Amino acid sequence: MMDTMLNIALPKGRLGERVYDMFARAGFSCPAIKENSRKLIFENTAAKVRYFWVKPSDVAIYVERGAADIGVAGKDILLEYEPDIYELLDLKTGLCRMAVAAPVGFQDDTARTLRVATKFANIAQNYYASVGRDIDIIHLNGSIEIAPILGLSDVIVDIVETGTTLKENHLEVIETIVPISARLVANKSSYKFKYTQIAALVRELGLQLEEHT
Amino acid sequence: MKIDPEVLTREEQAIFRLRSLYRSRGYQPYKMSKFEEYDLYVKNKDFLISDNILTFTDTNGKLMALKPDVTLSIIKNSKDLPDDVRKLYYNETVYRTAKGTHRFREIMQTGLECIGKIDDGCIGEVLLLAAGSLACISPSFVLDISHLDLLTDLVDGLSPRTEIRKALMHCVGEKNLHEISDICRDNDLDPARTEILKQLASLYGTPETVLPRLQTLLKDCGAASALAQLERAVKVFETSPYKDCIRIDFSVISDIKYYNGIVFKGFLNHIPDSVLSGGQYDRLMQKMHRRSGAIGFAVYLDELQRFDLKEEGLCEA
Repeated sequence: MMDTMLNIALPKGRLGERVYDMFARAGFSCPAIKENSRKLIFENTAAKVRYFWVKPSDVAIYVERGAADIGVAGKDILLEYEPDIYELLDLKTGLCRMAVAAPVGFQDDTARTLRVATKFANIAQNYYASVGRDIDIIHLNGSIEIAPILGLSDVIVDIVETGTTLKENHLEVIETIVPISARLVANKSSYKFKYTQIAALVRELGLQLEEHT
Repeated sequence: MKIDPEVLTREEQAIFRLRSLYRSRGYQPYKMSKFEEYDLYVKNKDFLISDNILTFTDTNGKLMALKPDVTLSIIKNSKDLPDDVRKLYYNETVYRTAKGTHRFREIMQTGLECIGKIDDGCIGEVLLLAAGSLACISPSFVLDISHLDLLTDLVDGLSPRTEIRKALMHCVGEKNLHEISDICRDNDLDPARTEILKQLASLYGTPETVLPRLQTLLKDCGAASALAQLERAVKVFETSPYKDCIRIDFSVISDIKYYNGIVFKGFLNHIPDSVLSGGQYDRLMQKMHRRSGAIGFAVYLDELQRFDLKEEGLCEA
């Protein structure tokens, strides 16, 4: 089967730019992407590659629905939405962790239902189900850190990178749920029909990752 | 009256072709009611693609369901034939929710079931019909074939803990080699077997490229019988026109509570999800107190709406 254009969804922002550099070194460059522009789609027909910038939390949807053949998504998004896709590589970048944080000195009263504020309801539910704790999920879309301060929740489940925001809001990590990093993901059908290109990219990125370890 | 094929939708065109294909191989049509007792699905909930079932109370007070699946009804309504083979095909509407949505959808599904004394001949015929079904819709297709017992034996040999085995199977389904490494390292599992599992998960290619590698990879794993069955199964394609569209891929994972042996999935170019899914389901038969085996598959026709057949150069059946 003849390979055609490989459609790649990258997360907008610094992580996406870092990852693009890895892809370019792997032989999938598209110089136009580096030009200052408000465009969201870039292609290099010679290299048979088309990139598009999308909201980081949407990458998995683009890939699962086949709008992108491959993409780069955080493990947090993959755990939250559980898309039916291949997870081909841990790119060892965008490192952080999914954690439970609470006001400093918090003591969990196990006689009560624990109120958990989070953007990641599925991850929080799975985690607390695994430890057998009854919880009440409060789904928020941002500024999660203020929920315990205002008495909206007892704890939060969120991504922690350096811990500075937590510290500034008098919160501390009480449990790490899972380490997070950027993952190379592929649509299952695209993997079959663009196997040569995808396998070459995985091989080259794998070599780059080995060089850094 | 002559019917102009142009007035038919893509799904309808596909249905006619598939019907003709199955009938030509001696499969009998199987027509069933749209309803089934809800109890049947409660007992076999994991077998269903989606958990949600549309229910209603019949005038006699019985809780009924609009069918979310066809296979369970066929088994329930078929006689146990351990020394015979029954070949059936169906074209039914099923009702279920799509992933990530909270709305029920009416989905047109066609498929076939081969029930009874299942031997290599039956498995080969069903595999050929699965490939033929995909070829009826588009010449650009791939049929991925795996052997579930071969994979589960390897995973069972790695850890006795159910949650670890489940996590490893999930990783194989995602071709997620890095997490296989993490799980095995964190739980002190045998490094040599871990490496074999990773290689198995990453293998992808035609039978002629993958089978020799499997022979080497699995030579000390006690998988000779399963590997021999896989080899016999894919042998049917050696002289078939579909030879180049067949791949061996262990990421085809089906629920091990119901499926065993040969399992497969079919993909069409430009359609993001698999459009065909099937395999041997002897374990489901046992669960439903049947002594015979079974193999079958379903073609999900709802995906064809987004498929431009003209662009794909639709081939005639």
